[in-house]
Amino acid sequence: MSGDLNHLRGKFAIAGVATFGCGEAPGYTDMELLAQAARLAVADAGLTMKDIDGLCTASASSAMWSMPVVEYLGIRPRFVDATMIGGSSFIAHLMPAMQALESGQCDAVLVAYGSAQRTSTLSRKEIGKARLLMDPQPYEHPYQPMLPMSAYALAASRHMHDFGTTRRQLAQVAVSARQWARKNPDAFMRDPLTVDDVLNARMVSDPLTVRDACLVTDGGGAYVLVRADRARDLPQPPVYVLGQGTAVWNRQISSMADLTVTAATQSGRDAYAMAGMGPKDINVAELYDAFTINTLLFLEDLGFCAKGEAGAFVEDGHIAPGGSLPVNTNGGGLSWGHPGMYGIFAAIEGVRQLRGNAGDSQVAGAQTAIVHGNGGTLSSQSTAILGTAAAL
Amino acid sequence: MVNQEGGVQAIYQAALDQGRFEIQRCNDCGDAVFFPRELCPGCGSGDLSWFRPSGKGTVYAVTTVRRKPEAGGDYNVSLIDLEENVRLMSRIENAAPEEVKIGMAVKARVTVNEGHGLLVFHAMEGAAQ
Repeated sequence: MSGDLNHLRGKFAIAGVATFGCGEAPGYTDMELLAQAARLAVADAGLTMKDIDGLCTASASSAMWSMPVVEYLGIRPRFVDATMIGGSSFIAHLMPAMQALESGQCDAVLVAYGSAQRTSTLSRKEIGKARLLMDPQPYEHPYQPMLPMSAYALAASRHMHDFGTTRRQLAQVAVSARQWARKNPDAFMRDPLTVDDVLNARMVSDPLTVRDACLVTDGGGAYVLVRADRARDLPQPPVYVLGQGTAVWNRQISSMADLTVTAATQSGRDAYAMAGMGPKDINVAELYDAFTINTLLFLEDLGFCAKGEAGAFVEDGHIAPGGSLPVNTNGGGLSWGHPGMYGIFAAIEGVRQLRGNAGDSQVAGAQTAIVHGNGGTLSSQSTAILGTAAAL
Repeated sequence: MVNQEGGVQAIYQAALDQGRFEIQRCNDCGDAVFFPRELCPGCGSGDLSWFRPSGKGTVYAVTTVRRKPEAGGDYNVSLIDLEENVRLMSRIENAAPEEVKIGMAVKARVTVNEGHGLLVFHAMEGAAQ
């Protein structure tokens, strides 16, 4: 079997992070949000844009997105990766970025994303129509699933059938996320939310209501990855990459072998193997919650509970503030915000926690975080384990 | 060598347009294959042939997409496992969306509308739970 990449453990660190325009940024374009986040992340790292010689980015609409980003930022990167596997892309970018830094191809990689999907003049309905033409799924689209939501609803239906998971347990995921969001002034939705509020919200694709679904917000996010020795000379406390793994198993939900087992089983296994760690070593979990079922699936597939037991786990309050496993400490896609592809924001929140500057939502003494991205319709999964110097 | 009938997607749809539901089987490993492919996803073989499956299947996962009555009302979307051990997306046409349950026995039908065939399913007699 090929190596576990353990030789890369702790050799690279996130030295800068930033978000910009999260929530609503009327009048901004995707690129402007990306550029502002990039500018702020580079400054946070104590670097200038001239120091950036590697770029990772992805867009849900532009097929050649890396080129306009290079042009806009005015950089001349020696390394460019625009792998697009949906919302997990920006966690997946860690591995090629580490390999490029390891080989000496470049010295500082900027990973950046922006989306104006909430306030864009191009409506989501128009984007949806364009996708049907540009990216046809001839064996699913004729049945008009409301994608992506119906795909996750199908997975939820099977989880409920196989394990007795209830709508109340799904709702508790949204309620826990909201409880975290109420501690975070940057979260988009901070009003109190109860299980009954979720259950009584507008049903969209059974068993999921609109409150089982992530928000639709604008936002840009960026981070800067450098070699660990350099990170130690930069102003922020380095957040080391201890483990990383990415797995892509399918595109269509109908091609999934088992709707209750995702490729996170593979990405998580690889990330843990590289880190030499297991679920018990994790202090904070940032799990891409596009829908409430996602959190349950990833808690199971990343080993925090046995298959089928995540519903009871969240119902017992384990992932809410004060619980045994802090999950989605910014409020997650469900309550903090969801600018189209959320993965980079999960990573940024993990860094925020490990730097110890997460304000009221700070998890005391957090030294390790698992940040997990999901893409497509449970199609791609990418997992990273981050840690402070104490976790090396 | 290029097939003069086109790729497998076109061949699949052409059969549906004539009212026939056909899927592939790998002549090397014996697996049934759906959706139609140019190679077997199980073993990589390019030697696949078409056959007519029994059409019998079981609902594996189910959702009801909510839609305003004036736009046509709520509708079912299901994943169905065929007897031949392949999974596909379709809808159950002869039952109200809320009556479609996981485990329900269903049978394939092809509807042809203005020359365009579509695979749908009907709940089998006495299958409603």
